[in-house]
Amino acid sequence: MMAGNSNARSWSERIIEVLLAAAVSVSILTTIGIVVSLVGETTGFFREVSLVEFFTAKEWTPLFTPAHYGIAPLVAGTFLVTVIAIAVAAPLGIASAIYLSEYASVKVRRVIKPILEILVGIPTVVYGYFALTFITPIIRHILPDTDVFNALSAGIVMGIMLIPMISSLSEDAMTAVPRSLREAAYALSATKLEVALKVVIPAAISGIVASFILAFSRAIGETMIVTLAAGGTPNLTINPLESIQTMTAFIVQIILGEAPFGSIEYQSVFAVAFVLFLLTLSLNIIGHWIVRRYREVY
Amino acid sequence: MNNIILSIKNLTVKYGTTVALKNISMEIAQNRITALIGPSGCGKSTLLRSLNRMNDLIEGASVSGQVLYRGEDIYAPSVDPVAVRLQIGMVFQKPNPFPKSIFENVAFGPKINGYRGDLGSLVKQSLQGAGLWEEVKDRLHDNAYALSGGQQQRLCIARALALQPEVLLLDEPCSALDPIATLRIEELIQELKEQLTIVIVTHNMQQASRIADYTAFFLSGELVEYGETEKVFTAPVDKRTEDYITGRFG
Ligand SMILES: Nc1ncnc2c1ncn2[C@@H]1O[C@H](COP(=O)(O)OP(=O)(O)OP(=O)(O)O)[C@@H](O)[C@H]1O
Ligand SMILES: [Mg+2]
Repeated sequence: MMAGNSNARSWSERIIEVLLAAAVSVSILTTIGIVVSLVGETTGFFREVSLVEFFTAKEWTPLFTPAHYGIAPLVAGTFLVTVIAIAVAAPLGIASAIYLSEYASVKVRRVIKPILEILVGIPTVVYGYFALTFITPIIRHILPDTDVFNALSAGIVMGIMLIPMISSLSEDAMTAVPRSLREAAYALSATKLEVALKVVIPAAISGIVASFILAFSRAIGETMIVTLAAGGTPNLTINPLESIQTMTAFIVQIILGEAPFGSIEYQSVFAVAFVLFLLTLSLNIIGHWIVRRYREVY
Repeated sequence: MNNIILSIKNLTVKYGTTVALKNISMEIAQNRITALIGPSGCGKSTLLRSLNRMNDLIEGASVSGQVLYRGEDIYAPSVDPVAVRLQIGMVFQKPNPFPKSIFENVAFGPKINGYRGDLGSLVKQSLQGAGLWEEVKDRLHDNAYALSGGQQQRLCIARALALQPEVLLLDEPCSALDPIATLRIEELIQELKEQLTIVIVTHNMQQASRIADYTAFFLSGELVEYGETEKVFTAPVDKRTEDYITGRFG
């Protein structure tokens, strides 16, 4: 009787294990599938366009004749928007994390944290519209020469979008700093701000840097805001007031433009996507490496 | 008693609605060692933390009554708790060095408080004061976490000494240490009493009788007995004190 029971138990355990493993493999297999298709189409692309041209040419004009396939303008556009976004999100995200972890009372925190979480849930298309219809007019009011589509507006709004992410990851890292370290500092006559800046942030630095890198990686891959607000003109510039095009926005443009399957324009999408994939992959690896390398042991 | 450095008057401390200390009045003698003893939860740490306003940091804690430091009430509205902690330092039960170098740990307090002298010699002097200098002088820039528990606790004492406080509050500083490390800290505490006043919480009766000049016994938030250590241990007035120190107590 007992033996039969435990046998049935081990069978159901076995089945559950298989189901759970299947769930894991869905995401792993999908990732492998994506990489394989990316590599396939990308090699097709590089049979037509040389790697040298791809990485050194300064123009990206796949839809014009003569077509140029230098990815630099798209990479520059992507980084321009991303850098603006991080410049907005990092200080505000850190400040909000410091406030929540060191200053806010339990009550205040209970109100603010859900609000930040709501911000995370706002669809990016809404942020894109917000950039185009609210931030851009303000910028153009102050700086009338600004293009309607510009990197600055998209970057600012993307930064706003990233604040909750940086804030919540950094706050997690800060609240993980043991209370005993804060007390040690207070007992040495430290003020609240000194405790935050000289004890909590240094102790939580790996988590904070990791939050920046993950935000960076998210910003590089973000599509909707830049498609709506930053423009569609590949532009090798560092002027944030000009219209640019990011890697993601280019991909959207070509996919929606129904480029003929197998054509060089179609394949260029995969080459760009592959570069994007490598960039975010390496950023994520660096982020995780930093977390592990500098993890504080309390 | 000799000079009084701290004078506690009708001190009541609550956490929310829990009363942790009930109307405590006692005086602390300068350049002496005062031990606070009593069963777990009787309010020893609470009293210690009231003496440098560390209880301010606990949400829901409220204090009434007075703590006069050299005649001035540290709970007066005009008093900045940060300034109080400059005079009255604290060492905790569990060693809690910062995840920084040995040097940076000791230099932390002076640096944030705008010390203008020679930091190097202040650090050396503080480590010597805590009896740690000889052991760490060749590795001041190693991480403090590489030290043993007893060394870390002496580092925490050095760190507190670097601010040259008048009073040092020690909350069971030896409870995480082995007997030899404990003895070293006890010796150290006795040397330190030349320069400053020490209030120490301990669960260890022998420790209290070995090092303290005065001993206060607490029970459920009340001060039951307070006097010269010798007297408290050999001829306690209250029956409850006797039961506690002879171990006939839960
Ligand atoms: N942060 C806090 N919040 C709520 N209640 C607390 C807090 N700290 C202490 N108390 C309560 O106050 C009372 C006194 O606690 P305290 O820590 O002062 O005791 P103690 O004598 O130091 O005990 P131990 O010997 O175990 O360290 C206890 O009933 C405790 O539960
Ligand atoms: Mg205690």
